[in-house]
Amino acid sequence: MPADLLLKTPLHARHLVAGARMAPFAGWDMPLHYGSQLDEHHAVRAAAGVFDVSHMAQVDLGGPQADHYLRRVLCGDVARIATGQALYTCLLNEQAGIIDDLLVYRLGADRFRLVLNAARREADLAWLRAQLAGFDAVLNPREDLAMLAVQGPQARGLTDPLLPAALRASAANLARFAAVEQGHWLVGRTGYTGEDGYEIMLPAPAAPELWQALLQAGVRPAGLGARDTLRLEAGLSLYGHDMDDTVTPLECGLGWTVHWEPAQRDFIGRAALTAQRAAGPARQRAGVVLACRGVLRDGAPVLQDGRPIGHVTSGGFGPTVSRGIGLARVEAGAGGACTIRIRDRELPARFVNPPFVRDGALHVALPPLVEV
Amino acid sequence: MSQVPDTLRYTSTHEWLRPEADGSITVGITDHAQAQLGDLVYVELPAVGKALTAGDACAVVESVKAAADVYAPLTGTVLARNDALAGAPEHVNQDPYGEGWLLRVAGTLPSDTLDAAAYRALTESA
Repeated sequence: MPADLLLKTPLHARHLVAGARMAPFAGWDMPLHYGSQLDEHHAVRAAAGVFDVSHMAQVDLGGPQADHYLRRVLCGDVARIATGQALYTCLLNEQAGIIDDLLVYRLGADRFRLVLNAARREADLAWLRAQLAGFDAVLNPREDLAMLAVQGPQARGLTDPLLPAALRASAANLARFAAVEQGHWLVGRTGYTGEDGYEIMLPAPAAPELWQALLQAGVRPAGLGARDTLRLEAGLSLYGHDMDDTVTPLECGLGWTVHWEPAQRDFIGRAALTAQRAAGPARQRAGVVLACRGVLRDGAPVLQDGRPIGHVTSGGFGPTVSRGIGLARVEAGAGGACTIRIRDRELPARFVNPPFVRDGALHVALPPLVEV
Repeated sequence: MSQVPDTLRYTSTHEWLRPEADGSITVGITDHAQAQLGDLVYVELPAVGKALTAGDACAVVESVKAAADVYAPLTGTVLARNDALAGAPEHVNQDPYGEGWLLRVAGTLPSDTLDAAAYRALTESA
């Protein structure tokens, strides 16, 4: 698609000034990196990086039955979150296939903010609107807001002094997965990198100034390239790769996002999921680590004893672990050593339980490096 | 604007060639190529002694997101390969014409390689 037809976030000009290499993503012209995606990855693990994630869809939901409605359409139960808390969960179809994974913030008894994947904006809104029939609730896509994610061990400390004064103390006191709202700003202690930090939702006109202030404070601009290697190491799933609407939460390692209790909560997809849970899912998510040098690729077949048992859903290289790593969908019960077919060669690998990195350090046992 | 040293020869597939005093030819990928690829994390090189045919894929350079073939810019035999790249693939990004060299080959410089001006024109029009 020609660059002039791509959507631009409020920070687009800043990315160009910062020397970003831009690339299309979900119809947006986004920064892939600002010179070195490996340096950006390491900066987030060691200090702090800032990502422009304004392309993601922020949708408010309000009304007397907003709570009721979300308890129907989400497989996680918003009754479990109080005002000022966030929940990571999935939107399912009737077959329990995942329409999207998302964060939902409770802003009040009958007020919520949903943050949805940019690539799923249209599909999600169509589904959410269709399911609204009969509920006294209103959806309000917030196209007036931008979003910055500041991530890393130093992220919050560097960001706090730059927040509006009325927000500073509350933000500094946030527990993980909690959020605080002030006017049109919403600051959550959430993220997609496996590090501590904030996701800051704010009026679009305020975003460039906050971006500039963060950079001046020493926070490193980081692009979508680093965002992907960070989340992969953190074992976080990516919609469209690790799951899609033909995959249920039980088949892709997201069973924990399903709240089965109370049993009377009939969320969409519950019946299909119940049947699958009783029979035992045939497929499961697994982490894989290469035992030799190389990079894993999406779609690469995973084999055991010469037999294909699945494929890599997100393949790449973890800069912090310094190995080829990936997430895969394989036969239920698979474990131990395996091989992965890459460019007509079968490379030795091993199944591991993600995350590959936690709190900035290696979290899995790496198989010894072998030459092939 | 990528670096295109005047003393080297080039191919349209973004490899460079440098004839050495002993008659061998050192080969690598250009600054333009490494910038397009981004940070490399893995380089796969042919073994010493391997016979290369001009135009055939002979090596692979991999970034986190993509693998790209490197095409043999000449016909000949691999005399040496840059084994330092196994532990430090970033040399290709940081110094593509120096520390980032890929192979040294016994062979003759083909007559259809590009000079710096022609290669520069090629990359600027891309």
